[in-house]
Amino acid sequence: MNTSRRMQYLKAVSVSAYIVFLLLPIYWLLNMSFKNNQEILSTFTLWPTDFTLDNYITIFTDPSWYSGYINSLIYVLMNTVIAVSVALPAAYAFSRYRFVGDKHLFFWLLTNRMAPPAVFVLPFFQLYSAFGLIDTHIAVALAHCLFNVPLAVWILEGFMSGVPREIDETAYIDGYSFPRFFLRIFTSLISSGIGVAAFFCFMFSWVELLIARTLTVTDAKPISAVMTRTVSASGLDWGVLAAAGILTIIPGALVIYFVRNHIAKGFALGRV
Amino acid sequence: MKTQNNKAWLMVVPVLLLVALSAIIPLMTVVNYSVQDTFGNNEFFWVGTEWFQEILQSERFHNALLRTLLFSGLILAIEIPLGIAIALAMPRGGVWVSVCLVLMALPLLIPWNVVGTIWQVFGRVDIGLLGHGLASVGIDYNYTQNTFDAWATLIIMDVWHWTSLVVLLCYSGLVAIPEVFYQAARIDGASRWSVFRYIQLPKIKRVLLIAVLLRFMDSFMIYTEPFVVTGGGPGNATTFLSIDLVQMAVGQFDLGPAAAMSLIYFLVILLLCWVFYTVMTSHDNETHEGVHRAGGRP
Amino acid sequence: MACIELQQIAHRYPALPGEASAYAVQPLSQVWQDGGAYALLGPSGCGKTTLLNIISGLLRASAGRVLFDGVDVTGLSTERRNIAQVFQFPVVYDTLSVADNLAFPLRNRGLKSAEIETRVATVLQLLGLEHMARVQARSLNADDKQKISLGRGLVRTDVNAILFDEPLTVIDPHLKWKLRTELKKIHQQFGHTMIYVTHDQTEALTFAERVIVMYEGAVVQIGTPQELFEKPAHTFVGKFIGSPGMNVLPCATDAGNLLLAGKVIGKLPYSASGAGQLELGIRPEYVSLVATAAGNPDSLPAVIAAVEDNGKHFVVRASINDLPISAIVREGTVIPESPRIMLDPAKINLYRNSHLVNA
Repeated sequence: MNTSRRMQYLKAVSVSAYIVFLLLPIYWLLNMSFKNNQEILSTFTLWPTDFTLDNYITIFTDPSWYSGYINSLIYVLMNTVIAVSVALPAAYAFSRYRFVGDKHLFFWLLTNRMAPPAVFVLPFFQLYSAFGLIDTHIAVALAHCLFNVPLAVWILEGFMSGVPREIDETAYIDGYSFPRFFLRIFTSLISSGIGVAAFFCFMFSWVELLIARTLTVTDAKPISAVMTRTVSASGLDWGVLAAAGILTIIPGALVIYFVRNHIAKGFALGRV
Repeated sequence: MKTQNNKAWLMVVPVLLLVALSAIIPLMTVVNYSVQDTFGNNEFFWVGTEWFQEILQSERFHNALLRTLLFSGLILAIEIPLGIAIALAMPRGGVWVSVCLVLMALPLLIPWNVVGTIWQVFGRVDIGLLGHGLASVGIDYNYTQNTFDAWATLIIMDVWHWTSLVVLLCYSGLVAIPEVFYQAARIDGASRWSVFRYIQLPKIKRVLLIAVLLRFMDSFMIYTEPFVVTGGGPGNATTFLSIDLVQMAVGQFDLGPAAAMSLIYFLVILLLCWVFYTVMTSHDNETHEGVHRAGGRP
Repeated sequence: MACIELQQIAHRYPALPGEASAYAVQPLSQVWQDGGAYALLGPSGCGKTTLLNIISGLLRASAGRVLFDGVDVTGLSTERRNIAQVFQFPVVYDTLSVADNLAFPLRNRGLKSAEIETRVATVLQLLGLEHMARVQARSLNADDKQKISLGRGLVRTDVNAILFDEPLTVIDPHLKWKLRTELKKIHQQFGHTMIYVTHDQTEALTFAERVIVMYEGAVVQIGTPQELFEKPAHTFVGKFIGSPGMNVLPCATDAGNLLLAGKVIGKLPYSASGAGQLELGIRPEYVSLVATAAGNPDSLPAVIAAVEDNGKHFVVRASINDLPISAIVREGTVIPESPRIMLDPAKINLYRNSHLVNA
C-alpha cells in the first residue's frame, strides 16, 4: 500500500512538472503582453509591475493587426468545411465498398500527408498566380487541403468502419434514399468523428504559416504572418508581439475546450 | 465483407479533384523544373538528370540531410519515451483528466511561428525567463552564437511543442485496455515492468506506430519554428533540409536544383516512413506465419 | 490449497451522486472447505463476481475478514494471497508464445527454469495445446485463448484456490461441455479448492459438489445439486433452477389441510402456523395430468394453454383458476380432453414470505 501511494505521488508530481514546463513559456509571453516595452527591456520582472492593456488596445484598434485574425479565421474555416465535406463521401466509399484501385488510392492519399510544405511553396505560388487567386482566402484554404483532406478521409474512414454495415442496409430496406440516409442518419451516427476530423483540419490549417504566407500579400494575410512583418518593421515592439501571440493561442484553446471529450475517442481509433 | 462497387469511384471524385489541384499539379511542376534549366525570360531546356546528380553530390545537401536526420532521431529518442512515461503517469479518470488533456493540447494549437517566437523570446538572455535564468546561475547560454545552445533550444522547443501529441495518443491507447488485463496480471504476480512490457506496450503498439510516423514526418519537415528562432544559424548549424530548400527556391531562385532537391526530399520521407512502418509491423506478420507453420486455424 | 473462510464479509461500491449506496454483497459468513468444488450461481448483477474478487483480493471488502487456513489475509494483496483466477473474457499476453504465457506466472514467482518447463509441458498436454506451444498467443481464437487463461491458473500447483468467473461464456457450446469435464477431472486429480461463478445452472450443477445460490447480494441457499432441486430454500432458487422452474402458487392451510384454489389437495405433515403470505412450490416434474376425478380425489380441474415439445418430454402450460402451472409429462402421453392436475404431495414445499417452511 505504501509503495503504491508513493508511486501515485510520483506520478502526480511528474505530470504536474510536465504541465508546468508546457505552461511556463506561455506564461512568459502572457506576462510580457501586459508590460510596456520599457519594463520588458530595462527590468527583469516575473510579473507585470506596471500592468497595462495598451498592447492589446494597439492590436484591436489597428486594422492591419486585427484583419490578420479575421483572415486567418476565414481561410481556416473555409478549409475545414471544404476538407470535411469532400472527405465524407470518399471516406464512406473506402469504408463500405471495394473498387478498382481502392487500396492504392487510399495509400496515395496518405502519402500527401508526408509531403513537405517547403516542396510545394513555389509550385503553389505559380499555380495560384496562373488562376489569379494569389492573396485570396480560398487560395490558402485550397492549398491547405493538401494535408487536411487525406487526414480527414483517414479519420472519418476509421469512424465509419466502426458503424455496422447492417445499419445502412436496414435504412435502405426502410425506404431511405442514399442521400437522405447519409445526411439524416449516417452523419449523426459519426458526429463525433466529424467533430474530430474538423478539429484536426482546424488545427493544422491554423498553425501552418509557410504556405499561407507565400500565397498572400495583404488582403488575406494571416495573423501569424502579420506578426513577423510588423516585428521587423517597427523595431521590435515586444509588448505588442507578445499580445498578438497570446491572441493566436486563444482560438486553439477554445477549440480544445469544446472538443475535449471527443478527442480521446478520435485518438482511441488510432487515427490522427 | 465490403461489396464490390466501382461506382464508389464517384464518391472519391471530389477528393481527387481537390488533391489534383493541391498535390498533383504542383508536383508535376516540380518534376518539370527538376529536368530543365532556364536563363530567365521563360526559356527552358532539357537537362535530364543533371540537377539530381548535382544535388546528390553536393556537400550542402549531404550536410542538410544529416542535420535533419540527426534532429528527427533526437526528437524521436526523446519524445516517444517521454510521451509514454507521461501517458502512464496520467490519472485514469475524474475531472483531472480533462484538465490535463486541455492543458497538454495547448501547445499543439499554437501557430508554428508563434511557437518559434515564444521560444525566441523565452531563450533570450536579456528578456527571456530561460535565458535570464541560465545566465543568472552562471551558464553561458546563447542560441544565436553557440551551435550546441541552438540545437538544445530547438530540441527543447520541439519537445515542448509536440510531446503532448505522443502523450494523447498513448493515453487513449492505455485507457482502452480492459481492467481485466490488469487484474489478471495481479493474479499472475506480474511486476510493474512486466505489466508495461507484456500488457501496456503491446496494446498501445498501434497508436505508438502512428505517433512515431507522425513525429518522424513532422520533425523531418520542420521549417517555421527553427526559421523563426535561429534562421538556420549560427552559420548553417541548424539549416535543415526544408530551410535549405526554401532558401534555394525562393531566395536564390535556383528552380532546377531546388525542384530536384524537393523530389529527393519527398522520396527520403516516403522511404523512411515505409521503413518505420515495416519494422514496427514486422512482428505481426511473423505471427501469422507462425500460425500457418503450426498448422493452426488462419 | 487452503480452507477459505469469510467472516461477516459485506461490500458496497461508492454511491453515485444522488443515490443511496446499496450493498453489492450483503453481510455473509461462509466457509469454503479445502479441496471443495463450489459453484456460485445467480443471475447477472447478484454480487457473485464481487464476492469472487473479494476472495482473490482484487477488491477490498468494505467490511469483514477473509481467512485462509485460519490466517487473516484481509489486508494482503492479490499477489501475496497466491490465488489463481480465470476471467470471463480470455486474457493472454499477446506478444508471448503459448508456452511463455503459461510460464509467465511461474517466472514472476522466480521458479527454476527446469521446474517451469516440466509444469508448462504438463499443462500444455492437459489442455491439448502441445502443437501450438510456440505460436504467439494473439493469433489464437477465443477458445484457445481461454484455455491459456485457464492454464495459467493450473500451472501453479501450490495455489490456495482457483477461482473461475464465468470462464466458459465465450467458448463454443460443444467445447463448453468438454472443458467442464476437463475441469472436473483436474479437480479430482489435483484437489484444488475451486470456486466457479456462473449464471448457468447446468454448469453449476454439473461442476460443483456444493452450489451457493446468490440473489440480490445475499446467499439464499447452499446445498448439493440434489438439495437445490428437491428442497429450494427460497422461491427464487426454485424458479431459477430447473427448466421450466418450480411452480410457485399462493395457497392456504386449514386445520392441517393444504388448500389450493380454495380446495383441499392434501394433508400437511407439519405445522405451518404463523403470519405471512403462504405459497406452495412444486417442480413441474412432480405435476401430472389425469383424465377424471375418479380415483384421484385430490386432483383439480385445469385449462391447458399450450403444449411444448422439447424433444425428451412435453411441457404442458396450464392454469388452475387462472393460476398458471407447468407440468412435465412423458413424450407421447395423450393429453386428456378435460384434464385434471395432480400434485405429488411428498414433493410439495411450503413457503412463507418466500422462505421454505418445512426446512
